[in-house]
Amino acid sequence: MKPPCYEYVAPDTLAGALRVRAECEDSVVLAGGQSLVPTLNFRLANPDTVIDLRRVAELATVDTRDGMIRVGAMTRQRTLERNEAAFARNPLIRETMEYIAHPVIRSRGTIGGSVAHADPASELPCLLVLLDGELTARSSRGERTIPAADFFEFVFTTALEPEELLVEVAFPVLEPGEGWAFREFARRHGDFAVAGAGATLLLDDAGRIARARLAACGVATTPVRLRAAEEALRGAEPGTEAFRAAGELARDAVTTVDDTAASADYRRHLLSGLVNDVLTRAAARARGPR
Amino acid sequence: MNGNHGTDHLDAEPVDGDTRYGPDDRIAISLTVNGEKVEAAVSPRLLLSDFLRGDLGLTGTHVGCEHGVCGACTVHLDGMPARSCLTMAVQVDGMEVRTVEGLAEPDGTLHPVQRAFRECHGLQCGFCTPGFLMAVTHLVENEELAETDDGLRAQLAGNLCRCTGYMGIVAATRRAAAEIASKG
Ligand SMILES: Cc1cc2nc3c(=O)[nH]c(=O)nc-3n(C[C@H](O)[C@H](O)[C@H](O)COP(=O)(O)OP(=O)(O)OC[C@H]3O[C@@H](n4cnc5c(N)ncnc54)[C@H](O)[C@@H]3O)c2cc1C
Repeated sequence: MKPPCYEYVAPDTLAGALRVRAECEDSVVLAGGQSLVPTLNFRLANPDTVIDLRRVAELATVDTRDGMIRVGAMTRQRTLERNEAAFARNPLIRETMEYIAHPVIRSRGTIGGSVAHADPASELPCLLVLLDGELTARSSRGERTIPAADFFEFVFTTALEPEELLVEVAFPVLEPGEGWAFREFARRHGDFAVAGAGATLLLDDAGRIARARLAACGVATTPVRLRAAEEALRGAEPGTEAFRAAGELARDAVTTVDDTAASADYRRHLLSGLVNDVLTRAAARARGPR
Repeated sequence: MNGNHGTDHLDAEPVDGDTRYGPDDRIAISLTVNGEKVEAAVSPRLLLSDFLRGDLGLTGTHVGCEHGVCGACTVHLDGMPARSCLTMAVQVDGMEVRTVEGLAEPDGTLHPVQRAFRECHGLQCGFCTPGFLMAVTHLVENEELAETDDGLRAQLAGNLCRCTGYMGIVAATRRAAAEIASKG
């Protein structure tokens, strides 16, 4: 298997990359190559132009100011996973990223590449939808910020326009005392998830749930927020009863299809268990307000 | 170095940010492979795995699944393990590449990881072995090994072996780590 023929450009600046992106109708970005190279080899992609961003140093940054962890698109997954400042502000990022493939893939794969690739089983898109993260896209005409809820449109399909590049991925920090957890099920360690779920849990003075956030991957054509379950949890006593009920609501809210990895029924059953599990873990980590 | 991708293109220039290269163009790259400086001219669609094997004759790096799953092609790029089948040769311009040929001493003395694989029966047919050696070398030289065998198997999960059942590989990893630790 060899990559197809294409034109190759390795701009040294973001401005240069945006120029090429504007000029080419059919370009793809070579970020870490961990998804692009297989798709090229399999001829699932056969682009006119490949824009290699490896020399654009301005896109490989992590900045943790002002309630947001702002990550340049070319930041390697392993770099963010190991970033202690990001971990201190939002430990859920590391817990979630440990489920992405294997360390050897994460040492090349980038944050922007995972998000732009938009595999519905992917962990990072799910995390962004869970946390209400933001994506910054830039073209030679300007910049716009897209909420995660509007970014993921379908399998491998995002709100990015062909002339845009994803430049930054912003993860909100957790509230003080907010509990958190991510879990997924895959047949083999490091495989894409059959299903995965993430949760955050904030308690009020009385120890009841002030805010629960829930999202899942692998169960639809995009990552999904599980709003019905979130709403049912508001004001509830954290515990087995509420969490099991939330799992059932989550299960009933998604429509998925049978595929080679699992039947739709199995996936939905799995989701109810995962939701119960992440809520239980998040509750164990949640502290009342200080 | 009788590569078919044009180490003979002596007129190739280093990559230029404004140039669009076609598949038949050659880009000059300069890198270190197992401590030796290498200059070459490569097509922008040449994979690193094919460059190592075809152009440099370093056929120790094996090519298995060619889409990142099996791990047989694992090498180190600037000290980090990476799939050479998912990396373009142009992308390693300026980098330090370490392959399985770079593990043993120049006099042939095996690396502790290689020795441990032999002593613990960490291989049978040998196809996956170069990738395992590179992955395990990075693990024992740079990471903390999991205490449980389940944890260690998870750390090794990025490489597939169809012969050994992994028992020997787990044992070899522990033995190599112990030897390296005892030498401080
Ligand atoms: C064996 C294996 C297992 C894997 N398992 C998982 C897993 O469990 N979970 C998971 O999430 N991922 C998994 N991956 C995928 C991995 O995380 C990839 O690294 C990631 O999806 C793509 O990141 P990349 O930097 O390699 O992007 P590339 O492969 O270089 O690019 C991917 C796509 O994104 C586009 N793109 C990249 N950057 C930008 C940008 N800045 N702007 C616009 N478009 C851009 C490219 O055009 C391309 O279409 C796995 C990969 C392998 C090989």
